[in-house]
Amino acid sequence: MGLKTAEDNWLYTISSKKSLFSFNFIEIWRYRDLLMLFVKRDIITLYKQTILGPLWYVIQPLFTSVIFTLIFNNLGQIQTGTVPPFLFNLAGITAWNYFKECLTGTSNTFTKNQNIFGKVYFPRVIMPMSITISNLLKFGIQMLIFIGFFLFYKVQGTDIRLHSTILLFPLYILLMALLGLGFGMIISSMTTKYRDLTIVVGFGVQLLMYLSAVPYPLSEARLKFPEWVIPLVEYNPMTQIIEGFRSILLNSGTIEVDKFIYTCAIAVLVFLCGLIIFNRTEKQFIDTV
Amino acid sequence: MSDVILMAENISKQYRLGLVGTGTLSHDINRWWHRIRGKQDPYLKIGETNDRSKKAECDYVWALKDINFEVKRGEVLGIIGKNGAGKSTLLKILSQVTSPTTGEIKTKGRIASLLEVGTGFHPEMTGRENIYLNGAILGMTKAEIRSKEQEIIDFSGCARFIDTPVKRYSSGMTVRLAFAVAAHLEPDILVVDEVLAVGDAEFQKKAIGKMQDISAGEGRTVLFVSHNMESMARLCNRGILLNNGKIGGEGNIENVIELYLKNNQEFSDTYIEERIKSNCYVKKITLSNAQNQLTSYFNFNEGLTITFSVFKAEEDEQIYNLSFAIVNTNDVVVLSSSISDANELKLSKGANKFSVSINGYLLNKGNYKVRLFFSNETERQSIQRIDCLGFKINETGFYKNAQLRKAVIIPKLDWVKL
Repeated sequence: MGLKTAEDNWLYTISSKKSLFSFNFIEIWRYRDLLMLFVKRDIITLYKQTILGPLWYVIQPLFTSVIFTLIFNNLGQIQTGTVPPFLFNLAGITAWNYFKECLTGTSNTFTKNQNIFGKVYFPRVIMPMSITISNLLKFGIQMLIFIGFFLFYKVQGTDIRLHSTILLFPLYILLMALLGLGFGMIISSMTTKYRDLTIVVGFGVQLLMYLSAVPYPLSEARLKFPEWVIPLVEYNPMTQIIEGFRSILLNSGTIEVDKFIYTCAIAVLVFLCGLIIFNRTEKQFIDTV
Repeated sequence: MSDVILMAENISKQYRLGLVGTGTLSHDINRWWHRIRGKQDPYLKIGETNDRSKKAECDYVWALKDINFEVKRGEVLGIIGKNGAGKSTLLKILSQVTSPTTGEIKTKGRIASLLEVGTGFHPEMTGRENIYLNGAILGMTKAEIRSKEQEIIDFSGCARFIDTPVKRYSSGMTVRLAFAVAAHLEPDILVVDEVLAVGDAEFQKKAIGKMQDISAGEGRTVLFVSHNMESMARLCNRGILLNNGKIGGEGNIENVIELYLKNNQEFSDTYIEERIKSNCYVKKITLSNAQNQLTSYFNFNEGLTITFSVFKAEEDEQIYNLSFAIVNTNDVVVLSSSISDANELKLSKGANKFSVSINGYLLNKGNYKVRLFFSNETERQSIQRIDCLGFKINETGFYKNAQLRKAVIIPKLDWVKL
C-alpha cells in the first residue's frame, strides 16, 4: 500500500460523469492557437474557386435591401422618418445577416464535424467559436457597403448622422455573436440525436427576421400590429439589437436603457445555456449522431 | 518499476443496436424518468457480450465490459483482437472521443491519439498550412509546430510540394505528410491505431523506425493497435488480448500474440458438412498422419493425409470437381491441388472416398488451414468453398539450420555434387 501516495496525483480522469458546470476554460485557452487556425482556414478557403468571390456577400444584402424597400416602403407605406428607406433596410439586414450566419453556421456543428470529432479530441466549443469569429469578415465586408452608401447619401445632402452612442457599436456586435452562438450551440446539441430541429432552423430563422423589426421600425410595429404580436416583437432580444444598431448608425429610433440591459442579460443567459448544453452533449454525441 | 502512468478501472461501453428511431425516444424518456427519481439507468442492467457473428437477442450490447489494465511509463502496449473485439472503442475512450458508459481511466500524462492520419486536412490549403492546422488539432501549439516545421517537412519527403494545395497531392503524399505531423507530436502517452499500413515500402520502414524511436529512444508511453502481428512483435513489449469486449489475456507480447493466433486458428482434424448443399457434396473431411491417426498436429518431417468423403444422393450426368488449398495465417495460398490433376472424378451413388497426401519436409513450421473447393463443372457452380480444417506443423524433425528459414515451403531437394 506504499504505492498509494504516488498513485493519487492523477493529472485527469476520463469517466462518464461530468458535472453541469465543469468547463475547462484553461483547456480552451490552451487550444487558442487552434481557434485562430480554424478562423484562418475559414477565411482562406472561403473564396477559393469562385469567380465573384467576396462579391457574393455584397450582392445578397444589396438585393434584399432593394426588395425590402420596394415591398415594405413603397408598397406597404412604412415610414422610416428622415432616413432613406434603402439605407434603413441595409443597416437592418447587415446586422441581421451576422446574427443569422452565426446561428446557422453553428447550428450544425456536431453533424457537420462528426468525422473530425470522431477521430481526435479537442474542446469542441472551439468549432462554433471559430465560426462566429470568421463570420466577422463577412460582416466587415457588408459594413463597408453600408458605409459606402452612408457616405453617398451624406454627399447627396440627406440629413443623416451617427449618434453619439456609436461607441456601443462593438458591444452590439458582441451581443449578436453571443445570441447567435448561444442559440446555434443549443440547436446543434439537440440535433445530434433527433434531426427534427434542423428542418425548423431554415424557415424559423426567416420567420424570426420578420419578428425582429428588420424591415420596419419598432415604432411602426407598435402602431400597426395586432395587440398580441407587439410583445413578441418588443421583447425579442434581436429587435432590441437591430433597433439599437440602427439607432447608433442612423440616429433613428431610441435606445431604451432598461430594454438594453434586458437584451444584454438575455444574450449572456442564452450563451451560458448554450455552453452548458453543448458541453453535456460533446461527451456522448459520437454514439448518437 | 511501479510508475503507473495510466490506469483503467472497470471500463465498460454499451451501444444500442439498430436504428435511431421512435423507440429511442421512449427509452430516453424512461431513462430520464429514472434519473430524476435518482435511480440507476434501467438499460445498464441488460446487454449481451459482443459477438459480431451471433444474432443479437436484445437491443443493447456491451462493446467493452469491465476492462482493467495498467500502463507503466515508457511501456509500449499492444492491443490485439479480432475485428469487433472492442479495440477501437477502447482507443476512442482513451482519446476522449467518446466516454465510457461506466468506469474510469486515470492518467498522469497528456494523451494524444493518432486514430486516423490526416484528420482535418483541408484540400484547399497548402501543405504548410495543413501542417499547422493538423498539428493544432492534435494538440500542439503554434510555437511547437514552428520549431518542428522543417523536421516535419523533411520527414514527409514532400518539400517540393509544400506550398501546393493538398488537393493536388497524391494520396500517398497526403498520408506521408499527415503521418509526419503526427509522428512529431510530443504527448506523454501516444495512442496509435493501424497507421503503419500506409505509404510505400520505404515510408513504412521509416514509419516503423520512427515508432521505435518514439518508444525506445524517447521513452514515450505508446498504446498501439494493429492487425500486423509482425510489427506488433517488433514494437511492443507488453500486450492485451481483447475478446468480445473482455480481456482475454495479458502479458508479454509474444505470449499474447500466440494466444491470439491460437484462439483464432481452430485446429480441427475432422469436418462434417451438416447441411445438404446439393445432390452431390463433400460430407466429411479428415486429417491424419502416417500412422493413420486423426490429428491436427504434425512434425515437420511427417507427411499428412487428407481424406474426403463425397456423398451423391441420386445418379446424375453432371461432372464434379474436387480440389483444395493450404493457406497460412497470412492468408497466403501455399499450395493447391485438384483431383483432376491425377484422373477424372468418377462418383457413384452413395459415399465415395478419396485421399491425398502431402509429404513431410515441405511446409515450414506454423499454422495452416485447409480450404476445400467442390464445384459442379457442368453448371459452373461452386457447391462448397470453405476453410474446413486447421493444423499446425511443429518444429520437431527440422533441418539443422532450420531456425533461419523464413520461406513458406522448405522442401527437401536433391543436392548433387557434380
